[in-house]
Amino acid sequence: MSANLRQLLDLPTRAAPRRSFEYVEGWGMSAGERRRVLRPASVEELRALLARARTEGQRLALRGTGCSYGDASLSAGGDVLDLSRMDRILEWDPARGRASCEPGVTIEKLWRTILPDGWWPRVVPGTMFPTLGGVASMNIHGKNNYEVGTIGDAIREFEILLPNGELRTASREHESALFHAAIGGFGMLGVFTRIELETKKVHSGELEVRAVRAPNLEFALEHLESQRDRCDYLVAWIDAFARGRALGRGLIHEARYLEPGEDEHPEETLQLAHQDLPAAVFGVPKSEAWRALRLLNNDAGMRLLNAVKFHSSALEVWKGPYRQAHAAFAFLLDYVPNWKFAYGRAQQRGLIQYQVFAPRASAAALYREILERCQRARIVPYLGVLKRHRPDPFWLTHALDGYSLALDFKVAPERRAELWKHCEELSERVLDAGGRFYFAKDSTLTPAQAQRMFPPENLARFRALKRELDPQNLLQTALSQRLFGEFGAQSS
Amino acid sequence: MQTNTQGRAIVVGASSGIGAALVRRLSAEGWSVAALARRASELETLAKECGALTRVHDAKDFDAVPELFEGLVRELGGLDLVIYAAAVMPKVGRDEYDTPKDLEMVAVNLGGCIAWCNAAARLFRTQRSGTIVGISSIAGERGRKGNPVYGTTKAAMNTYLEALRNRLAESGVHVCTIKPGFVDTAMTQGMGKLLWLVSADEAARAILAAARSRANERFVPRRWWLVGTAIRSIPSFLFRHLNV
Repeated sequence: MSANLRQLLDLPTRAAPRRSFEYVEGWGMSAGERRRVLRPASVEELRALLARARTEGQRLALRGTGCSYGDASLSAGGDVLDLSRMDRILEWDPARGRASCEPGVTIEKLWRTILPDGWWPRVVPGTMFPTLGGVASMNIHGKNNYEVGTIGDAIREFEILLPNGELRTASREHESALFHAAIGGFGMLGVFTRIELETKKVHSGELEVRAVRAPNLEFALEHLESQRDRCDYLVAWIDAFARGRALGRGLIHEARYLEPGEDEHPEETLQLAHQDLPAAVFGVPKSEAWRALRLLNNDAGMRLLNAVKFHSSALEVWKGPYRQAHAAFAFLLDYVPNWKFAYGRAQQRGLIQYQVFAPRASAAALYREILERCQRARIVPYLGVLKRHRPDPFWLTHALDGYSLALDFKVAPERRAELWKHCEELSERVLDAGGRFYFAKDSTLTPAQAQRMFPPENLARFRALKRELDPQNLLQTALSQRLFGEFGAQSS
Repeated sequence: MQTNTQGRAIVVGASSGIGAALVRRLSAEGWSVAALARRASELETLAKECGALTRVHDAKDFDAVPELFEGLVRELGGLDLVIYAAAVMPKVGRDEYDTPKDLEMVAVNLGGCIAWCNAAARLFRTQRSGTIVGISSIAGERGRKGNPVYGTTKAAMNTYLEALRNRLAESGVHVCTIKPGFVDTAMTQGMGKLLWLVSADEAARAILAAARSRANERFVPRRWWLVGTAIRSIPSFLFRHLNV
């Protein structure tokens, strides 16, 4: 920005956020474009950027570390506002387990700060790299969703900078509407500048983990149901290639926190060094392991890999309960860095994740149908994951009393249109069954499907609040454009 | 801008010498090229001659780089290659220790290189493709009596480019360091008869060949490798007595 323009806009001279021009893509790589990226390092710089956006009518797409699989942090024709430089932990109270953080603090930075004091984030996703601003905007869940809810349930309070430059504080008691709309509000209402979280007291750096083999889908669902009172975490891996009576076979991992005294040396297990993920996978250095996976990244290879994983799990089941560090259990997706490259590194390739949330009653039939349809269409997901969920009070939540099945589909240019159509058709069946989807994962929903997915009154309230807080519709993403257009607002 | 081209390139320091020759060669090969230089008149000639996109730019103006870079990439419709060829080598007397003159070289030869290559690195890393070429010099091999800071800027450039190469390799991005010997340009005018002197066009051909073959470091012409290797192996207590 020139000095003159700076004076004209009355911006502080020091507030010159970093700016660059980059290829910005979703984590799954199937969508991306070259965009200007702005990286403020302070609330002051952020204010200046919003002021300029208002003056110029420039659209901004909020982004953290870009861990959403699809287009949730991509921009539709505007700039990208990357908040990852605002990454200070403002306050950590080890007596009460409360952390107050800037939006760019990652889950990794959070757990590394609090674990030595005997605390663990109440909710973490399968990777430690997302930012708190991102996980709050997407209202992410973990493998304990059925027990503790989403990340929103662990947030006490936040500060949010509205597009008009106003800074507001919201909690369950104060500004309750804003609180319940902005969490899960996919970055449409404002920019989180401070997020205060409650964390979980732990008496060991390890969990007790047990593996259980599921011979089919029904067994897996039934097990997630029957064990939910007994376990703190439950997750099932599903082999989507298995057919017939073995349809939906897989491996369930259940875990529980250790009670005080169970771990005789908590001072050792709570140390960060005890949490390191393995440095090599089957003897291959981690950073290069994706190249090995690349060789198997086709239907035949993945059918084989899934089968080998299922059958070799007998060993893990046989050895019985074992102890595992929190990080090793929670962040399975981080074992092989850049494993997504196994799906192809070229732009617009990669993968999409299709995660279906289904009510308890209809889940079994729906998931069976989905897996069968995938196999019939020869569009078989290379990875399937099953989890148990519970409802929460956030306006645009994806969670419900039921289950989710997350499926990773390979994106190949020659079959891209076919894959999107396939997912679109599946989505109709999901919505018929009362199911929902999740913006952090979505790539394929249509505007009509997004309309059907939420209780109509929630969506209407959200639209009204968006128009009130962001009348110029400055905050937009490729996802918001794809599903909601201009939110019924006057385009600036 | 154009479709159906070999690729899209930005050449910084294109008004004369090696830079201008690179623009001509790339254009002739069908690349879409953006040429930047301080002198508008030379750029105009270049634009007329080969249709390159041109921008007047002082390599010391680091703050202008992000906006210029973005504008050019948008106009070119993408980017595959960045060549940093801007450099100054003022005459420095045997007993001259002139700080402003020295820092001018640091700004143009090194500062501008960092500003442009950083901008390119961000784009290339995220798009997982692209080539960065830095025109360094044989002068960076040793600290010679003649022009201490010119050699320093080139040695610093070598290290910086090597670091970029190592950082960006896992993203599929290539960084190529070019070390020309004597090239027949304005920079070498009045230096008398020079060893293995090549034309700017000849140098440009060799540079593009090096970039294409994904060479890490390349002397131009290649026989300067012998000189480079020899000169690096001379112990310091002897080197200080040599008049090179």
